[in-house]
Amino acid sequence: MSQRVVLDGADIDRALKRISHEVLEANEGAKDIVLLGIPTRGKHLAQRVARILASIDPAFENQVGVLDITMYRDDATSTERVIRTTEIPDGGINDKVVVLVDDVLFSGRTVRAALDAITDYGRPRQVKLAVLVDRGHRELPIRADFVGKNLPTAKTERVKVQLSESDQVDQVVIYQ
Amino acid sequence: MKHLTSIRELTKESAIALLDNAQQLSQVNDRDVKKLPALRGKTVVNLFFENSTRTRISFEIAAKRLSADVINFSAESSSVSKGESLKDTAQTLEALGADAIVIRHPLSGAPKNLAANDWISASVINAGDGSHEHPTQALLDALTMRQAIGSTTDLKGLRVLIVGDILHSRVARSNLLLLNLLGAEVEIAGPSSLIPEGIASLGATISNSFEDSLSKRPDAVMMLRVQKERMQGDYFTSPQEYSANWALDSERLAMLSSDAMILHPGPMNRGFEISSEAADDSRSKVLQQVSNGVAVRMAVLYGCLSGGQA
Repeated sequence: MSQRVVLDGADIDRALKRISHEVLEANEGAKDIVLLGIPTRGKHLAQRVARILASIDPAFENQVGVLDITMYRDDATSTERVIRTTEIPDGGINDKVVVLVDDVLFSGRTVRAALDAITDYGRPRQVKLAVLVDRGHRELPIRADFVGKNLPTAKTERVKVQLSESDQVDQVVIYQ
Repeated sequence: MKHLTSIRELTKESAIALLDNAQQLSQVNDRDVKKLPALRGKTVVNLFFENSTRTRISFEIAAKRLSADVINFSAESSSVSKGESLKDTAQTLEALGADAIVIRHPLSGAPKNLAANDWISASVINAGDGSHEHPTQALLDALTMRQAIGSTTDLKGLRVLIVGDILHSRVARSNLLLLNLLGAEVEIAGPSSLIPEGIASLGATISNSFEDSLSKRPDAVMMLRVQKERMQGDYFTSPQEYSANWALDSERLAMLSSDAMILHPGPMNRGFEISSEAADDSRSKVLQQVSNGVAVRMAVLYGCLSGGQA
């Protein structure tokens, strides 16, 4: 199995900084922004974006949480999965601008499940999607609002985002 | 996990994974929308050959929280009283579309029999069989103990005292198995007439005095209900004598350490095996056990109904 590093640590940092600026630009500031990371790597990315947002705009209220979508998957019963914690920030998500954060956008099924899960926690004013990597091959009519890197891939390839929080290294790798 | 008829089907790792999932699922109780779509389209049948409102309701809520359809089938009011066999009943329920059968039966081994024979392809979950096992009760007790000591893994070194009618207690049997699997140390105490022979081989020390056991400062005391309905013959001289020796009364309550926990599977016979003072004590986990019961049963239903079966 051959592997190719497509983003290194500095690339990831730059991409997250750009995403943070784009989030603020699109929202005209940090007002009402709530970041929700999808476990496990989306959670780490959301926390990193939160730190960057806080450094750019003091108005950012550090509303960052975790949204587990295991029980909302359209194949929830295909295999038994580990259920992760969901943490909705104290301010809730009603009338907020929720930015979902995930590592890789692929089929779009995770995002669809996340949209369902969000509905059960409240009614945000807007929901936006930020991903580090968009690798294409969508199976649902879903697109990202903020993309770190568009990465054309073959459907058989595997894209793995590794982050120091869980993998000791910051990089994005394509396996063939 | 296709079925859960006995704690013996679990390994330490799979038991901890089940408790982890239950811990996460217990969050649903705090939400406005107390529902997850995971088991949408699945049908769960509560097949109860014995009365049990609590366990049945707990399973029913658990299944509904996961969006499954639930059918309650109570044996007294059914064709069973007309002589239908367990096999025929189960096959009929499956033909009606049941994906999981939650069964409570007065005969030890009935759920296992249903799961092990090739009668049905639905999952079988034991909700209490005779004086054999009650695995989801043991799991909810373990979850409660984990929360109390702040553990996210096993119960290594936790000293648990189980008191009362061990002989008729499927709760005690499942708890003995699971607590040993999770590394806890179990002592059982009760009148010798209510302690079955050979129980020590499941992994327990046996005590003939509640006071002696309490003086060892257990971390948890689990009081069992005296099951009058299962007792034919004389197991103790009088209820007064039983209470005097084996009830968790105010004097024995005072012997408990300040961070010990009191558990009871319910329903409690207040004033018989447990005093009102003990039941309402701040160390009592009885209501937490009830809410953990829903979470554990959600985790078990999810575990049994996921994994690629039809």
